[in-house]
Amino acid sequence: MTGLIVAADGVNVAQNVGFGIIAFGMIFAALCVVSTKNVVHAALWLVVVLGGVAAQYILAAAEFVAVSQVLVYIGAVMVLFLFGIMLTRARIGSEEGLNNTGWQLGIPVALVLLGLMSYVIVDTVRDTIIPDRGPAPTEALADQILSPYLVPFLAISFVLLAAAIGAIVLARKD
Amino acid sequence: MVAAEVAQLSSGWFLENAWLIGLIPAVGFAVIILFGKKLPMQGSEIGLGTLGASLVIATGAGIQWMQRTNSAETEEAAAGVLRGVARALPRASEGGAAEPFIEPVSSTWVWWQNSGLEFGLGSSIDGLSVMLLWLVAFISFLVQIFSLDYVRGDRRYTHFFAAMTLFSSGMLIMVMADNMVQVILGWEIMGLCSFLLIGHWWEEEANSVAALKAFFTVRVGDVGLLVGTAILFFGANQYAVDNLDTNGFDLDAIQAWALSGQASTWTIVMAAIALFIACIGKSGQFPLHTWLPDAMAGPTPVSSLLHSSTMVVAGVFLVAQIYPVFWEGFNIANGGLSFIAVIGGITIVISALLAFVQDDIKKVLAYSTVSQLGYMMLGLGVGAWLPAVFHIFTHAFFKCCLFLCAGSVSHSGSHHSFDMKKDMGGLRKFMPITFGAWVVSTLALTGVFPFAGFWSKDEIIDNVGNNGYTFLFWVGLGGAALTAGYMTRATYLVFFGEPRGAAAGEHHDDHVVHADDHALVGAATHSLSAATNTDDGHGDHADDDHGHGDHGHDDHGPHESGKLILFPIVVLAFLATVSGFTNATPLGESWEQFKKYVEPRPEAVAFDAIIASGPGESVQLVVPAVAPAVEDDGHGEGAGDDGHSTGCGRGEPEAATACFFPAVVHAEPKFAKILLSLAVVAAGYAAAIAFCIAFYKRRDPRLVGLTQRSRVARAGYKFLANKYYLDHLYEKIIVRGVAHPIADAAYWINQKVLDGAVNGVGEGGKRAGNWVYDNIDQKLVDGAVNGSGLVASESGHAMQPMQSGKVNQYGALLFGAAAVGAIVLVILNVS
Amino acid sequence: MLAVNFLLLAAVLFCIGVYGVIARRNAVMVLMSIELILNAVNLNLIAFAVMNGNQDGQVFALYVIAIAAAEVGVGLAMVLMIYRNRKSIALDELSEMKG
Repeated sequence: MTGLIVAADGVNVAQNVGFGIIAFGMIFAALCVVSTKNVVHAALWLVVVLGGVAAQYILAAAEFVAVSQVLVYIGAVMVLFLFGIMLTRARIGSEEGLNNTGWQLGIPVALVLLGLMSYVIVDTVRDTIIPDRGPAPTEALADQILSPYLVPFLAISFVLLAAAIGAIVLARKD
Repeated sequence: MVAAEVAQLSSGWFLENAWLIGLIPAVGFAVIILFGKKLPMQGSEIGLGTLGASLVIATGAGIQWMQRTNSAETEEAAAGVLRGVARALPRASEGGAAEPFIEPVSSTWVWWQNSGLEFGLGSSIDGLSVMLLWLVAFISFLVQIFSLDYVRGDRRYTHFFAAMTLFSSGMLIMVMADNMVQVILGWEIMGLCSFLLIGHWWEEEANSVAALKAFFTVRVGDVGLLVGTAILFFGANQYAVDNLDTNGFDLDAIQAWALSGQASTWTIVMAAIALFIACIGKSGQFPLHTWLPDAMAGPTPVSSLLHSSTMVVAGVFLVAQIYPVFWEGFNIANGGLSFIAVIGGITIVISALLAFVQDDIKKVLAYSTVSQLGYMMLGLGVGAWLPAVFHIFTHAFFKCCLFLCAGSVSHSGSHHSFDMKKDMGGLRKFMPITFGAWVVSTLALTGVFPFAGFWSKDEIIDNVGNNGYTFLFWVGLGGAALTAGYMTRATYLVFFGEPRGAAAGEHHDDHVVHADDHALVGAATHSLSAATNTDDGHGDHADDDHGHGDHGHDDHGPHESGKLILFPIVVLAFLATVSGFTNATPLGESWEQFKKYVEPRPEAVAFDAIIASGPGESVQLVVPAVAPAVEDDGHGEGAGDDGHSTGCGRGEPEAATACFFPAVVHAEPKFAKILLSLAVVAAGYAAAIAFCIAFYKRRDPRLVGLTQRSRVARAGYKFLANKYYLDHLYEKIIVRGVAHPIADAAYWINQKVLDGAVNGVGEGGKRAGNWVYDNIDQKLVDGAVNGSGLVASESGHAMQPMQSGKVNQYGALLFGAAAVGAIVLVILNVS
Repeated sequence: MLAVNFLLLAAVLFCIGVYGVIARRNAVMVLMSIELILNAVNLNLIAFAVMNGNQDGQVFALYVIAIAAAEVGVGLAMVLMIYRNRKSIALDELSEMKG
């Protein structure tokens, strides 16, 4: 769907083509994440999706978020996932029974959601064209975080602290 | 006249730094919690010290507020305003000369901001808040002195003082607030501390249950506070931003908005209802009063503080503080029968009746508090703002004194029992000072001339009648007679008659025997908490210097309490006697100090005069008022009805001006009404004394056992003893009837729909077959052998596979339901 | 670039994530699916930020990334604990949440 509208008026064609290629790769990888029989493969496909998201951020001129995405997700979160997989002794090879007995239930729910959201999105922002903007300076981002959105920032700090403590408490061996 | 004159009102260090009053105890709390146990007096000195400091600052602020009010007057005189006798004038709305609005003294800081909306933290001091600040600091200080001896040796002594200090701090923070966010902050601090303090002896289940009940009941009301604040914010914000350069959380802005005439009626009605629900919960009004008597499970100093100046007064204070919202919302100006007045009237009567059937001395006082709060609400509901606020002031002294007396009695007279029928009686000989203070406070509470309650309660009743609410006037008078009745009964049971139980030096630890006695003596009398309260503090006083832990009979005899307990009682008894003279309306207007200093003047203020101190900070004004040219000849005529159609709150203020307080009407004191109320109280006393002597002393056969003989009397007694079955209603009907069916329905859906969809009919059929096999076939045969208990357990196990518990299915249901909900919204939006 | 592209990509990723949460049995896989959902939300935030020409969306995307890191940390700690206690991380074998 995304690749269909490549060359409308006022659209940067190269950007759109790049977007389409990355988007297809991401969707394919995401489908693999939720369908592969191999847990480790799923984690590796997830890396592809996350990397694709970072690439999309760069296309949308959000470079700082893209770098954060790479650092945090691909650098840290994925390592955590791989550790989690290893420590819970999942088989490295393929594994039966990765799905629930009632896994079919997921298909209609996901399709209904997708249909609904597609309708709403297309209905709302039908022809809105994102203007080409230069990358937002990281300085502006810092200003936003540290003045108007300071309270959420502090809240996040507490959440991270609590999460760190909680993770240690949960995972340590008594 | 003085329209454009800039009159500089005096201020002062104490007024401008009044935020310290709330901050110091809060810091004290932190110090006690962190270092209290290492200090020589285990942290109590910090509590006393911080509250003492607050008291000093509050006193200074009070004095400077009076100077400020006086300075407004001299400024006016200097500006050449024609004035009559300095204070002997009625309000402009009542035909007198206009007095300028005295603006509050604010000092606030931006606490936090979020995308342009700033929230202030600090103090905004006007007459009402400075009066309550002083009152709270004073009462808290005395109660802490009392606690030094009363909870000595308690196992959580340090924590007790920490929580008490934070409790006072919460009330102080709320009282001095200049915006709704700070009000909520203080309000919630108090809720938390009341939970901690009521459950102070949580080892006993009844106490922790009472703490939970208090917390949850108040919580029901707190929802109203949040909703009301939100409504007010969205209603008043635009007005505040446009005219006062502040935002919709600012209390002054809310007041001005409510009186501006621009507020939509529905907005203000909904806000008033929501906020009043919060006040019902906090101030223990009908039908959410049930938590207050249960809160007696806490230590006596807690009850004393909770019932006199903090917590329960918070609700009344909130109504008084943003009075214009209620004034407009409930149409008090035109004599509408307001929600507040109705609730107040109901509360007065039902709680006074309940006080008659209590055996626990603290519960009698608790219901008495509920009833007196009803008077305050009644006053506010009919437009008698000043008497209601004045009643807060006087009530704090005598109610605190009564509770401390009850504590003193239980501490030294009845060996930690609060049961009047079992463990008291005849104590006046042993505890003369406590007895004296009790009697003085009782007289004050019942409104006997010249004690404090006479001046305040009669003012409320008088104003209720004056504002045209004849029925509520008689309700108030009836409540006064009932007050006299139940207090006489309590006084008689505690201090007169023959000593019983612990008061007679009886060996005390035989609870079983006591329980039996109780069952025999009081047939239907079943005070659920009596047994619990008897135990309070038993272990805690084992190392008490009174030697209560020993079982020598000599030590058990009742005796007068120590100095630390008596000092606060005597001080409070003194104030219960004289505090009424601070606003003794019948003695003439020169006595009306409250009217002069506490009640805001209902005068319009020009917007130009309002100095914008930045959004989020409170409104500050420097110019007294646009004083309308009012001739001096209209005053003193009739009952002051002249201004009914004009003035603040009686119509829209002039363009570019704002009102901050409605023009309330003050009743002219009438000798006949005073005599009437005194006669009613005297009748109440006479009837109660006659009854007490006949019933408790002479055991008059016509009265004794009446509840057994007469069906009507028994039904009435049971109705009261079960507290109108309200607890049953809440627990049995509402909780079981509403919450359980929802849970059951969810369970049913979980069982049938979800599992059905996943497992299919065949699977279900197979399980049902298994279930039949396991339970009918097997269990019927084995049942005789294994016993019914096992059957229940096994059938539970057989049912287990049918329950879901699968996270994924919950997830599917969640997303599916969200999708369906969203689809509904989309369809609604499209069509 | 058309806004609808971005938003539709996010919607697709979101739904794939939802399917994964419902269908997967392995707790670690469920956590991965949740990451997909969170990334879809982030894509939306960035798209709106660039549409409106301000940084608000980017700020919140950063916050979401932080929260996601915390969520994975706690989630994996829980999974480890569950694994230690019952030698399995199959969600349908966890019966403590039975109604």
